[in-house]
Amino acid sequence: MTGTQVRPRPDEAPGDGRRSASAQEADRARRRRRRKEALAAYLFLTPWFGGLLFITAGPLLASLYLSFTDYSLIGGSDWVGLDNYTRMFSEDPRFLKALQNTTIYVFVSVPLQLAFALLLALVLDRGVRGLAVYRSVYYLPSLLGSSVAIAILWRKVFGDDGLFNHFLGLFGVDGHSWIGDPSTALGTLIVLNVWTFGSPMVIFLAGLRQIPVSYYEAAGIDGAGKVRQFFHITMPLLTPVIFFNLILQLIGAFQSFTQAFVVSGGNGSPSDSTLFYTMYVYTKGFNSFEMGYASAMAWFLVIIIACLTALNFLMSKYWVFYGDN
Amino acid sequence: MKTEKAARAGLNNTLLARALLALRGKKLLIHLGLILFGLVMLYPLLWMVSSSLKPEGLIFREQGLIPTSVTGQNFTDGWNALSSPFSHYLVNSLIITGGAVLGNLTACSLAAYAFARMEFPLKRLWFALMLGSIMLPLQVVIVPQYILFKQLDWINTFYPLIVPKFLATDAFFVFLMVQFIRTLPRDLDEAARIDGAGHWRIFSRIIVPLSLPALATTAIFTFIWTWNDFLSQLIFLTDPDKHTVPVALRTFLDSSGQSAWGPMFAMSVLSLGPIFGFFLAGQKYLVRGVAVTGLK
Repeated sequence: MTGTQVRPRPDEAPGDGRRSASAQEADRARRRRRRKEALAAYLFLTPWFGGLLFITAGPLLASLYLSFTDYSLIGGSDWVGLDNYTRMFSEDPRFLKALQNTTIYVFVSVPLQLAFALLLALVLDRGVRGLAVYRSVYYLPSLLGSSVAIAILWRKVFGDDGLFNHFLGLFGVDGHSWIGDPSTALGTLIVLNVWTFGSPMVIFLAGLRQIPVSYYEAAGIDGAGKVRQFFHITMPLLTPVIFFNLILQLIGAFQSFTQAFVVSGGNGSPSDSTLFYTMYVYTKGFNSFEMGYASAMAWFLVIIIACLTALNFLMSKYWVFYGDN
Repeated sequence: MKTEKAARAGLNNTLLARALLALRGKKLLIHLGLILFGLVMLYPLLWMVSSSLKPEGLIFREQGLIPTSVTGQNFTDGWNALSSPFSHYLVNSLIITGGAVLGNLTACSLAAYAFARMEFPLKRLWFALMLGSIMLPLQVVIVPQYILFKQLDWINTFYPLIVPKFLATDAFFVFLMVQFIRTLPRDLDEAARIDGAGHWRIFSRIIVPLSLPALATTAIFTFIWTWNDFLSQLIFLTDPDKHTVPVALRTFLDSSGQSAWGPMFAMSVLSLGPIFGFFLAGQKYLVRGVAVTGLK
C-alpha cells in the first residue's frame, strides 16, 4: 500500500504558482502527519507484532514444516514428506480412535448443550423475577468446567461409589463405575460439557433482548399464539446468535483436553474410550517426543476446524436470517 | 341496578383473582422448576464442598449435603500431601496469573488503541491476521513454542506462561477492547488533539480511564483462564518445585490413588476459591463480556 502518494487536486491550476506552492506545503504537512501517525501506530503495535512473529505465526509455520519431518528434539529433523499424514490414517489405530471419540463428543455434546442453553434462555427471558440469580447459578459451571478440580470431582461423581450411583439407587437401579466402563466413560465427559451450557445461554439471552417487543405485540394482535410467535419471530431472528454459538462451541469442543486427560488418568483409559484428539497430540509430542508426527496431527486439527467453520458459513446461507435479506 | 353492577364487579373480581392466582401458580411452577434445575446443576459442587469437610470414612457412606460431623483434617492433610505445602503451588499460580493479567492489560490495550483509533498502512491485513489468530488451536503452535523456549532455556521457568501475554497473544482481548474503544465518542480525542495532545496522551489520559469495563473484563477472564489453564502449565513446568495448582492437583490424583478423596476434595475446593471470588466480584463484567464477545 502506497497510500502516501498524493494526487494533485483538480482545483489546483498549474499556472497559479502561489496557490500551488501553499497547496504543496499543505500536502507535505499532511504526508508528514500521516507518516508520524503510522510510525506511532506501529510503535503501539510493537508488542503485538513480537507476539505474532515469535509466539503465533512463526511457530505456526515451524509446525507446518515439522509436520513433514521426523523430529524428536534431539538431533536434526529429517524430511519425510507426507509420511506423517499417511501414517495417521493407515498405521495408527489409536489416532483413528481419538478422532472418532472427539467427533462423537463434539457432535453429541454441542447440540445438547446449545439446546439446554436456548431452552433456559427462553424461560428466563420471559420476565422471570430474580433473573440475575438464575443466570449466575447456571453460568457458574462454565467458568469452572475446564478446571482440574471439576475433572477430579467428575471422576468421583461417576465412579463406583459416587453420587450418580447413589442417585440411581434411590430408584432401585444398580449402578456401576461409569468412568471405568468403556461404553459409558465418554458419556460422562459429554455430560460434563453439557453442564457448561451457561456461557452460550448468556449469549442467547443477549440475543433475545435484541428482538423488539413490538414484533410480538403486532403478532399477538394478528392472533398468533406463543408457538407461532416462537417459530415465526424468535427463531428466525435468533439464527445469527445460534450460528455464532455453534461455531464457538464446535471449535472449543474439538480442542477439549483437561477434562478427558484428568478423568482418564492421562492415557485415555478405559481402553482408549476417552482418548481425545488433543490428548493424543500431547502424548505423541511430549511423552514420546515424536514432534513431527504431533505437528502433523495438530495441522490436521486446524484443517478440520477450518473446514467445519467454512462449512458452517456456507450452510448458514440457507438457515441464518440477517435483518437485511 | 346498583346491586347488579356490584355483583358484576364482584364476579369480575373473583374472575380476576382466579386469573391472577392461576398466573401466580404458573409463575410459581416456573420458579420451582428453575430452582430445582439449579440445585441439580450445583449439587455436585455443593457435594464436593460438603465432602471436603467430612471425616474420610463418611464421604461415601453419607451422600447427604449436611455432614453429621465436621472436620478440618482433610484440609491439613491435603495441604501437606505433596512434596511442598499447598501454599507453594498457590503462590506459583498467583505469580503466573498476576503476570498474565498485567501483560494482557498493557499489551492488548496498546494494540487495541492502534486498531481502533489510528490510521496506518496495511491496517486491514494486520487486523484480519489478529482476528484469524483467535481461532487458532493452541495445539498447533505449542510444539514449536516448546522448542523455542527450550532453546532460550525457559523450560521450568514462568517466562513461557507470562512473556507471551506481554506480546498480546490473547487476541480475544485485543478484539474485545477494539470493539469497546469504537463505542467511545471520537469528539474526546479530537478535543484533546486540538489541545496539542499526542496519541500516547490520548491513550493514557482518555481512552484507558474510559475503558475500565473492558479492562476489568480482560483482567477477570485472564485471571480465570490462566488459573484454570492446565495444558501449557503441564508442558512448560515439569519440575515439581515449579508446579501450579492444577498440575499439583493432577499429581495428587495420580500419586494418592483411591484413598485420599477427602484431602483431594479439600484442595480442589481451595483451588476453585479464587475463581469463585472473581465470579462473585465481577459478575456484571463477566456476563457482559460473555454476551458481547462469547468469551467463556
